[in-house]
Amino acid sequence: MSQPLMVSATIPGPSPAMASRWQYLDNVRRHTGPFTDPDMFDTSEAAVAQIEKMKILVIGAGGLGCEILKNLALSGFKQIHVIDMDTIDVSNLNRQFLFRQSDVGKSKAECAAKFVEKRVKGVSITPHNCKIQDKDEDFYMQFTLVICGLDSIEARRWINSTLVDLVDEENQDSLKPLIDGGTEGFKGQSRVIYPTITSCIECQLDMHAPRAAVPLCTLATIPRQPEHCIEWAHIMAWEQEKPFPKLDNDDPEHITWLYKKALARAQEFNIPGVTYSLTQGVVKNIIPAIASTNAIIAASCCNEAFKIATNTNPSLGAQENYMMYSGNDSIYTYTFKHEKKDDCPVCGNLARGLDVDPNLTLQEFIDSLAARPEAQLKKPSIRAQKTLYMQSPESLRLQTAPNLDKKIGDLVSNGDEIGVTDPSLGRVDFKYKLRFTSDFVSKDKLTTNGDAN
Amino acid sequence: MLKIWSMKQKQQQDANADAAAGTRKKKVTAAQLRVQKDLSELALPSTMKTEFPDPDDILNFNLSIEPDEGMYKGGRFHFTFVISQNFPHEAPKVKCTQKIYHPNIDLEGNVCLNILREDWKPVLNLNAIIVGLQFLFLEPNASDPLNKEAAEDLRSNREGFKRNVRSSMGGGTVKNQTFERVLK
Ligand SMILES: [Zn+2]
Repeated sequence: MSQPLMVSATIPGPSPAMASRWQYLDNVRRHTGPFTDPDMFDTSEAAVAQIEKMKILVIGAGGLGCEILKNLALSGFKQIHVIDMDTIDVSNLNRQFLFRQSDVGKSKAECAAKFVEKRVKGVSITPHNCKIQDKDEDFYMQFTLVICGLDSIEARRWINSTLVDLVDEENQDSLKPLIDGGTEGFKGQSRVIYPTITSCIECQLDMHAPRAAVPLCTLATIPRQPEHCIEWAHIMAWEQEKPFPKLDNDDPEHITWLYKKALARAQEFNIPGVTYSLTQGVVKNIIPAIASTNAIIAASCCNEAFKIATNTNPSLGAQENYMMYSGNDSIYTYTFKHEKKDDCPVCGNLARGLDVDPNLTLQEFIDSLAARPEAQLKKPSIRAQKTLYMQSPESLRLQTAPNLDKKIGDLVSNGDEIGVTDPSLGRVDFKYKLRFTSDFVSKDKLTTNGDAN
Repeated sequence: MLKIWSMKQKQQQDANADAAAGTRKKKVTAAQLRVQKDLSELALPSTMKTEFPDPDDILNFNLSIEPDEGMYKGGRFHFTFVISQNFPHEAPKVKCTQKIYHPNIDLEGNVCLNILREDWKPVLNLNAIIVGLQFLFLEPNASDPLNKEAAEDLRSNREGFKRNVRSSMGGGTVKNQTFERVLK
């Protein structure tokens, strides 16, 4: 990969023709069109100004994130937050166009925010240089909608379940539309999720092809490609020799060690093509990124965000909710409705409120579950954050059996969630959110520390 | 935004769902719930046992296999299961904790089982993996070698391979490698 030519390290200021910048956008917002929903569309000044008050969260400031931030700012959104824990690598510069050579090593979220703020007057972009998991529900609660430009399925699953859990029937602001973009080479998708209402990321997990893995025995005995040699160094040579206590994908010394191992193995098998950057790519599972695919998918995501925010046109969501794009063979797009799954462990399975007397023993509680009409349990296993009682496997049953005589109030707290599984339920399982029907004072606590709280 | 909310309200009337009240507390993750489900459906034969160093952490456990037939009969083999929060999108990481002589398990304990890697799918469950591991002891497979010498040995001289397996299981030395004693 050759380095792109860096033209300038200074960020040009806003253009003088500021007033005209929003002209076409304003036309769309102030005039009804053939597709506007008369019940929802409002051309009043107050409604038009609404977009400026909405807080939008962008997750990821990489290839997609740079495009998304730029597009949102140019679509009239004024209060944008961006979260990304990564720092800028020199290899990002060919497509992550908000970054310059002098930014290498700095926070992606901070550099992207600074660049867009400078270019688009009046927009505020708040960077968060951390993991999405570092933020709590109150943080996510402040946004009107969330747009993801991520390359990790794990992070998508996390934000998805967080937004599903956020939904509170008493509070309509708790429902945050989630717009998710993803690309891989010439392919990509954009989708809109209304948490708890429409099919979620977890429902759609089968749309992600698992990473193509090569059998271990191929790596061990008959490598044929440079990637096989790198995987071998990564999985087997590292484990065997442990040159450092723990592999850090971002430590150049560690990648160099793997690169040298892989190169030696490639030479042994006469395989050309092992390079340092390929080693980094395989180890960090970097998927091939094409700038124009990112631009197309980010544009689609931001169009949906604009339509959801302004009601100017129908958006992806309630009916069709998934747009797949492929540029592999000329161009192809297909938009369809991905159905919500009743047995989805995240959204098909919202925790139901369950009243329980904390003075019951776990055994009595399990017996009472069997009588509930939706449950009809024969051999229920129950976990909260801790394992309360597992019927199987035998070792776990023996370890957890002493809990059966303990009181519910000693095992869990009011408001905790429990998961109930039972082989007789087939694919369905239950989550309950416990509501204690009376106060509970633990006898143990009274006798051990005399503190009744 | 109102539009979505009216859909939500309609859905609620339709479903007549109980409202969950109170402050938000600790949640059960999708990965944990799925592992709980897989474990509660596990029907282990007497030749296999699980062990949970921390019963509250069901994402990390050990499995022992005591084959009652085949060349590895009489041994007790230990595996660790490490399951990530990305389960079932990602397969569990399974390793043999002993140094054993087996064509599909290398000296570091890596296991060559297709459903642990290239053929893993989220519809597969822990039971499928455990059955697969058991099968490796009943039918070691020379065509997917992870320990090349053992595979070659099995392919060229089955009787000799059997003798080497017995000797390795007793803690003996095979082809300059000393193995761990795994006999019960
Ligand atoms: Zn779902």
